[in-house]
Amino acid sequence: MKKSVKLKEKTIVYPYIPNSVPSVKNQMLKEVGATSVEEFFDDIPEKLRLKGEMDLPKPFLSECALKRHVEGIISKNKDCEEYLSFLGAGCWQHYVPAVCDEINQRSEFLTAYAGEPYDDHGRFQALFEYASMMGELLDMDVVNVPTYDVLQAVATSIRMAARITGRHEVLMPKTISPDTLSKVRDYCKPQVNIRLLDYDSRSGQLDLASLKHSISSNTAAVYFENPSYLGFLETHGSEIAQLAHSRGAICIVGVDPISLGVLTPPIKYGADIVCGDLQPLGIHMQFGGGHAGFIATRDEETYVMEFPSRLFGITTTSVKGEYGFGDVAYERTSFAKREEGKEFIGTATALWGITAGVYLALMGPQGMQEIGESILGRAHYAMSRISRIRGVVTPRFSTGHFKEFIVNFDDTGKTVAEINEALLNHRIFGGRDLTEEFPELGNSALYCVTEIHTQDDLDRLADALEEALH
Amino acid sequence: MNNITKERYANGKPRLRRFHQAKWDEPIIFEMSCEGERGILVPDLEPAIERTAEDAISTLPEGLRRNQPPRLPEISQPQLVRHYTRLSQETLGVDVNIDIGQGTCTMKYSPKVNELLARMPKMAELHPLEPEEAVQGILEIFYKFEQILREISGMERFSLQPGAGSQAIYANASIIRAYHEQRGEAEQRDEIITTIFSHPSNAACAKTAGFKVITLYPDADGYPDLVALKAAVSESTAGLMITNPEDTGIFNPRIEEFIKVVHDAGGLCAYDQANANGILGMTRAKEAGFDLCHFNLHKTFSTPHGCGGPGSGAIGVTKTLAPFLPTPVVEFDGHAYHLNYDCPKSIGKIRSFYGVAPAILKAYAWVMSLGAHGLREVARTAVLNNNYLLKRVLEIPGVSAPYAKGKRRIEQVRYSWEELAERTGIHSEEIGLRVADFGLHYWTSHHPWVVPEPSTLEPTESFSKADIDEYVNVLRHIAHEVANNPDQVKTAPHNSTIHRIDPAALDNPAEWAVTWRAYQKKIHEDSE
Repeated sequence: MKKSVKLKEKTIVYPYIPNSVPSVKNQMLKEVGATSVEEFFDDIPEKLRLKGEMDLPKPFLSECALKRHVEGIISKNKDCEEYLSFLGAGCWQHYVPAVCDEINQRSEFLTAYAGEPYDDHGRFQALFEYASMMGELLDMDVVNVPTYDVLQAVATSIRMAARITGRHEVLMPKTISPDTLSKVRDYCKPQVNIRLLDYDSRSGQLDLASLKHSISSNTAAVYFENPSYLGFLETHGSEIAQLAHSRGAICIVGVDPISLGVLTPPIKYGADIVCGDLQPLGIHMQFGGGHAGFIATRDEETYVMEFPSRLFGITTTSVKGEYGFGDVAYERTSFAKREEGKEFIGTATALWGITAGVYLALMGPQGMQEIGESILGRAHYAMSRISRIRGVVTPRFSTGHFKEFIVNFDDTGKTVAEINEALLNHRIFGGRDLTEEFPELGNSALYCVTEIHTQDDLDRLADALEEALH
Repeated sequence: MNNITKERYANGKPRLRRFHQAKWDEPIIFEMSCEGERGILVPDLEPAIERTAEDAISTLPEGLRRNQPPRLPEISQPQLVRHYTRLSQETLGVDVNIDIGQGTCTMKYSPKVNELLARMPKMAELHPLEPEEAVQGILEIFYKFEQILREISGMERFSLQPGAGSQAIYANASIIRAYHEQRGEAEQRDEIITTIFSHPSNAACAKTAGFKVITLYPDADGYPDLVALKAAVSESTAGLMITNPEDTGIFNPRIEEFIKVVHDAGGLCAYDQANANGILGMTRAKEAGFDLCHFNLHKTFSTPHGCGGPGSGAIGVTKTLAPFLPTPVVEFDGHAYHLNYDCPKSIGKIRSFYGVAPAILKAYAWVMSLGAHGLREVARTAVLNNNYLLKRVLEIPGVSAPYAKGKRRIEQVRYSWEELAERTGIHSEEIGLRVADFGLHYWTSHHPWVVPEPSTLEPTESFSKADIDEYVNVLRHIAHEVANNPDQVKTAPHNSTIHRIDPAALDNPAEWAVTWRAYQKKIHEDSE
């Protein structure tokens, strides 16, 4: 006869919690002279103590079961390796070199935090090098340890300008992204009024007459983007900067860093503060989780002292020739001065800064130029292919473009939503539907093409559009 | 031959480790540049695309074509990987040190499997603007994690959008502002009250959001001062923004009264839960009466710290304040998950898209590996560890734990080396430099130093008894050195990657250099 076997009931010892071993716990309690862990919570009034256990889902205690559970959920996603994607609008699918992932998953970097320049020398150096390489790309001498994303970078750049000028108004074109505008409205509210400038409906260019009319001795800054959120290139950078400067205002330019192998760094046409997002530089899209904001200025004390961010500087040590690093002008930060510091500072996106540095070092001058040319060429090929489809107009704006462009479907009799739905059947994510954000542009979508798109991919898109429309 | 038995970890007993940090004398990356080398190649252009590229470049608007290539370094891939791997070795992550020394930071183990999950293409290659039907998996994670945070805090709704703790504090300050605006009291209610032992971002974010800041100092026992609070509130009070337990590790037992005083004055109360690790499952924001709270997912929920981000800051609010949360919020209709942008009272965008999705995924996985019992075990073990450390540290002559005499602490303790400093002239910061010689971190505290000669230690649940013993051994050894061989401390670090830094240049506009190009212009000539 078979003897029934009952497995022993187990006390849970958690692999991530060494002292969850009961005997160790008891020994420690004994050493501190406590009879139970409850004693340590004496200061928490009885009334505020949670009775019983929280009502949380049953855990998956084994790693094997946990992995199966989480994989089961995320397997419902359809990613941009399975589908051919032409989405951009603030998050862009570029190729991420394996080395970028290799370095940012080095557990020394991944799990470090806020150590001193001695025990974390490598972290300081990697971030100094990041800033230095961004400085070359932007042709500017001061670059911050990155902030959260481009939204924060734009909003902080504007507040910096307001503090530097002592003025309270920013001028920006209506072509900026609604998300950026929303962030700036919230973040700048206590200090800066926003005035939106018209744009030329044919070219997308900022309306210089509107700028001339609006600019005044209250203007702290004029902000514009190049390339713009809507994809076109702003060709009047010099005029805008000159107009800003003529009234004592600061010129802030938002830029896509991956464009700067072929496009002129904004400082050349007069930008005083340049900002943007690092996500294109070797960082996966991660459902919008891969953003990091940069802010760059000239090396002038009036500008440097207004950064809220950490700025890592190079210095000497007691050994001749040895490099050391540390915080530049730390006293300006809220770590040093609480509410008397500039805005606030805390955990932001250092690991993405290191990653962007790795990317720039991998690409080098030639790589950045070639990738810029590649993106330009592919985007223009796509525009030319799509523009041949009956009823479709692209680019919607007449001036140059980098990687994004508007496709207008007004004369096709179909909405962007319908077209994108049809593209899904071809396993294609069509461009961002702009009909709600920019109704004045009609039935339009913002398409993004990068170096990852082959000619075959672009032909496939054009063929699928043709099929969807006719 | 030396006998190193004494230094080695043996028989479950840690000794004084003979540490030496990696020291590669690694050049600045520009110094490694060799003309013509390539780190990676870009895909070739197909002939048709090459033609359009040539046209596109030649027709670029005037003044927009870059003339000079950026002066980036030129490095082959093996040399580049070696450089960065060496820099990583010169960095003390939690995975390589007993990270008790960065108090308030909640340094804990970040499970490898969660990292692996977050890096799968199903997460990494997701575009945030894909149609909802294509991103049901990640929206489910957002939704389920929100349910988890609701239970942990008792709050009604969460937004996972803020990029880390300080941005979450800022978002809460913005919600407080929007709430009073809606009631037509924004101009009148322009003061935020905080405490000096709450993270500096509570004060700084409130100021950034346009408020005046009133900072309360502790009473004689180190507890937040109720009398001072009563004197501070008025019809100008917009809200209270505080940490609890505070950065001293002391839990404010009168928290309910604090909140009542502020509510009675018409203000809102925001709970900075950066120090939540020690109270998970023990006490919640809701029962104390808070209107808003936030959690740092890179701290309490293990999603790693990444050299200082990406982190994630989840903000939770009561039902009354839910309409003010950033847009969009994630909803579930019983069949599918949706992004809801229809929030007319919302403060709008705090960060791009929906938040740091990989961190949210890792935090979800972390909770699902522990469950309710496990989360309590996290808190109880972290607090046991802290009180064990407290007991052991106080055995060292010269160090004290000011305030709340004879009381236990929650998650961390702010110690003081005042007695030692007065006796020997050696300061807390110098002790910290010597601690680096043993492969450990040591952090003083945020400014101002209300506790003289401070150091803040936080031994989370990730550290074993032997780990804590080793840290204490190092502190005891250094305290002994201070008395018997002070030069060894005064000239530290000895075993670090580098030697004592000259900080003067970092505060001098004529010398500071935030980039290599600035350094070349300013300083390089002098150092030859």
